[in-house]
Amino acid sequence: MIQTKKQRFWRLLLSYGILILVILLIIYPLLWAIGASFNPGKSLVSTTMIPKNPTLAHYRELFAGKPSLQYAQWYRNSLKISIFTMLGSLISVSFTAYAFSRFRFKGRQTSLILFLLLQMIPQFSALVALFVLAQMLGMMNNHWLLILIYIGGQIPMNTYLMKGYMDTIPRELDESAQIDGASNTTIFLRIVLPLSKPMLAVVAMNGFTGPLGDFILSSTILRTPESYTLPIGLYNLVNQAQGASYTTFAAGSILISIPVAIVFLLLQKNFVSGLTTGGTKG
Amino acid sequence: MQHSRKAALFSIIPGFGQFYNRQWAKGAIFVVLTMAYVLAFGDIINMGIWGLGTLGTELPRDNSVFLLAEGILALIVLAFGAVIYYFNIKDAYKNGKKRDENKPMFSFKDQYQAVVNEGYPYLVSGPALILLIFTVIFPILFSFALAFTNYDLYHSPPANLFDWVGLKTFAKIFTVDIWRSTFFDVLGWTIIWTLVATTLQVSIGIFLAVLVNQEDIKFKKTIRTLLVLPWAVPAFVTILIFAGMFNNSFGAINNDILAFFNVSPIPWMTDAIWTRVALITIQGWLGFPYIFVVTTGVLQSIPDDLYEASTLDGASVFQQFKNITLPLILTSMSPIIITQYTTNFNNFNIIYLFNGGGPAISGSTAGGTDILVSWIYKLTMQSSQYSLAAALTILLSVFVMGIALWQFRRTDSFKEVD
Repeated sequence: MIQTKKQRFWRLLLSYGILILVILLIIYPLLWAIGASFNPGKSLVSTTMIPKNPTLAHYRELFAGKPSLQYAQWYRNSLKISIFTMLGSLISVSFTAYAFSRFRFKGRQTSLILFLLLQMIPQFSALVALFVLAQMLGMMNNHWLLILIYIGGQIPMNTYLMKGYMDTIPRELDESAQIDGASNTTIFLRIVLPLSKPMLAVVAMNGFTGPLGDFILSSTILRTPESYTLPIGLYNLVNQAQGASYTTFAAGSILISIPVAIVFLLLQKNFVSGLTTGGTKG
Repeated sequence: MQHSRKAALFSIIPGFGQFYNRQWAKGAIFVVLTMAYVLAFGDIINMGIWGLGTLGTELPRDNSVFLLAEGILALIVLAFGAVIYYFNIKDAYKNGKKRDENKPMFSFKDQYQAVVNEGYPYLVSGPALILLIFTVIFPILFSFALAFTNYDLYHSPPANLFDWVGLKTFAKIFTVDIWRSTFFDVLGWTIIWTLVATTLQVSIGIFLAVLVNQEDIKFKKTIRTLLVLPWAVPAFVTILIFAGMFNNSFGAINNDILAFFNVSPIPWMTDAIWTRVALITIQGWLGFPYIFVVTTGVLQSIPDDLYEASTLDGASVFQQFKNITLPLILTSMSPIIITQYTTNFNNFNIIYLFNGGGPAISGSTAGGTDILVSWIYKLTMQSSQYSLAAALTILLSVFVMGIALWQFRRTDSFKEVD
């Protein structure tokens, strides 16, 4: 690019200026929440970003063991549900995607189009049905039912992504292994799966963060405070008619956000290539 | 009569067509399967179909909701049975045909091998598909079925039964004034929300990716990490944080930022227009990192010689962006961008968590910022208008699917479904 020194200077100045502004806009709410969690009192009226009398009271309150605020229990529940949803999603999606990517069988085309359409109907538009299902099975407040519902709900979109990614893995690899006498399952486990790592990372991330972002399906099935997940518990903290506590919510949010954000940033490299290849290919 | 026809006719009773073809083992398997099926599911199907037809006749014995659910499950079981039945007849016909043509029939061993090989994709994807049927398809069918009933607060089990009413609920949406006006208000805002918020997040993402990707920008890694933060923090947390920050009386936006610039407080939470502005801004904040990350990936794959050649031709930076960068980004990312629009169309979390779809509008079941999904949720949970909610779900699904299919077709990415 032929530019004079002066033009270059202004372009860079403007670019850095915009970036600094954007970064401030991103960081401000996050720092504000951290500040709020150390502020004394329940409301945010006197909140300042750097509290004058910082206190750990809200963090202590989370673990004080009040029956309506069982933070540690919610944390465990959320981790359990997220981890098992992630595992279940990985297993079911990778097998299904393998079948759809490598085999031509009756009903394949129809199923693929069905998957595409099912992604567009939000799963929770069928709340009443899931509630009835839980009651018929006698599985209200049961985490495992919720995990199955999450896994099922993630199948269409993730299978689609994963199948798209597996399609980009050359079939010659399978064929040469087949000549060497490898069975379908061996080819899947030894060749296709290792090469799909970036997309597996995407599916894992969707599986883990999905349950952390949902409070509708979970609040339909989980009705007792011991069985709550973090989203339900924290939402209730802010929206209690009596004694809503924003500062305690902030403390509780930070304890979940920091580990999730760190893991996310660490794994980012792995799933970004999955998103770029799989996503842009459709 | 030919063997093929006869065998198919005999196999109306599963297994007997195979017996006719003297395939005793296979016939026996079909007979046993059928008996097991009838024994295991006979009652369920019988009860289910009766329940589905009547939705209950007698209180307190019958509960319409459970009868409907069992009825739909019975239909699913029946569909499974029909598939097996179809295979049974087809198999008898095929083997009969072999006999007509005096070819040797498949031996049991051959067929076992064939089933194992051809069945492989069904075997590995089967468990996932069954899970899908029970956790996604069954609930959707149930919910669609509710749209054709009069299930609401006054026809609510266990105290009352509800009944099939056909298309009445749909007719009401378009004929009862209050419903029609609410529906079109909500639909209008849903469309504006989807278009504006998504376009905003996509533009910010692409713009920042191009900005950071400039050769002479330093600290790229750190900048990119900071820019991805809104995606890394769980969204339900940030939305609730924003709800606090935008609070009319104690929020930081009014008290700190606007006060600093000497602007009088803005009624973010009580004025629908301002809530909408806040929602769109927040969605821009939440949604751009994903586009930013994907665009960065696309940018890095654009070969440098394209730019070098255009520089030789005397193209300016802006011309390069308009004629090379942007078209390449848009074509390779169109499926992702379309998905962003459909996601926002159903973006329940931000609308509900930020201000509960409010501010409330008197006399209306929908608040000032409710989109279709959050309105449906409120109708279900707060005013028990189950059949209305279900009918709206159908309308919403048809709407999104229609637009998405049309878009996918237009961008050709649909052809890759091979």
